[in-house]
Amino acid sequence: MKKALTNKENFVKGLVKENPVFVLLLGLCPVLGVTTSAVNGLGMGIATLFVLIMSNLVISAIGGLIPKTVRIPAFIVVIASFVTIVDLLMAAYSPGLHEQLGLFIPLIVVNCIVLGRAEAFASKQKLLPSLIDGLGMGIGFTYALTLLGAIREILGNYSIFGWKFIEADGMIFFILAPGAFIVLGLLVGFFNWRSNAKTT
Amino acid sequence: MENYAVIFISAIFINNIVLARFLGICPFLGVSKSTSTALGMGVAVLFVMTVASIVTFLIYRGLLVPFDITYLQTVAYILVIAFLVQVVEIVLKKVSPELYQALGVFLPLITTNCAILGVAILVIQQDYSLMQAVIFAVGNAIGFTLAIVLFSSLREHLEMAELPPAMKGVPAALVVAGILSMAFMGFAGLV
Repeated sequence: MKKALTNKENFVKGLVKENPVFVLLLGLCPVLGVTTSAVNGLGMGIATLFVLIMSNLVISAIGGLIPKTVRIPAFIVVIASFVTIVDLLMAAYSPGLHEQLGLFIPLIVVNCIVLGRAEAFASKQKLLPSLIDGLGMGIGFTYALTLLGAIREILGNYSIFGWKFIEADGMIFFILAPGAFIVLGLLVGFFNWRSNAKTT
Repeated sequence: MENYAVIFISAIFINNIVLARFLGICPFLGVSKSTSTALGMGVAVLFVMTVASIVTFLIYRGLLVPFDITYLQTVAYILVIAFLVQVVEIVLKKVSPELYQALGVFLPLITTNCAILGVAILVIQQDYSLMQAVIFAVGNAIGFTLAIVLFSSLREHLEMAELPPAMKGVPAALVVAGILSMAFMGFAGLV
């Protein structure tokens, strides 16, 4: 019973309490760069989710075999292999999205979340907790990106997931670069405010 | 010649690597609390970015293209960059201990700075020649330094501002970065 609870806690922590984007503030480059629409955010989130789970699994499986001194380069090679797989799969099956996300797909390699989880969690844990950790963190990342993408799309283009609900030009500001910083800043502030309100 | 100037200016101002392309956000937020550390980071990036662009360019043209293994680009680049950062660290330690003292802390962080890998990939995507690649890398590094130094001086002032507790720190910094990014948009159309 206790084991199940820890697994659940392990999963949930990535969603709210240790949300990689809003709380840990890791991997912000793709968060700002690709979230011009909800679909882009979702696509990027799923790509990262896949890399996170697979690299967590592999690293937790081989973690004991890697000498301590070369562990970071070894982790990076594992992560880079999965990123290449995602890159090729996306180019084959959804070229449109691949075009939109562009540079940020190969850059998943240097996303601090992936390496951070590998180093801080997967290399020291068994397979199952690593899988759950990757899943929780990945879903937390995905929903943060989708949320930010949706807000920017609603305000910037008056549409959601490509469905236009007002036939007019949106506030283009939110699609452009400054909008990304400001919307994310306000969202992080909102999450801080919520967690402050809960503790006091 | 004019072409080089266009690449250089647009890398610094118009497509600023941090404020318009969103690369290198982690160090941008992480080491921008004081102007001197921001400047140190900027110089370290300038150094590594220039060397990394040249080396990855040569590897792409000399190894990946002839052997038809360009799909290994990501894996090869990240290894080269990680290796390069180590070499730079060892060489600096030997050749110029003062500079090593100043930049030492920032060097390991640079491996996971997506700006370095991003610029290396952009160079290939935009089909630059070696000379153009060097100018592009130097321009981007200067753009990074400019953005991070400007931002750090803004943040030093922000420390003293009275803000709602929830907005203190990173949230306020992000909003300020947004305003800075808006200011840089004014450069659009310069070239």
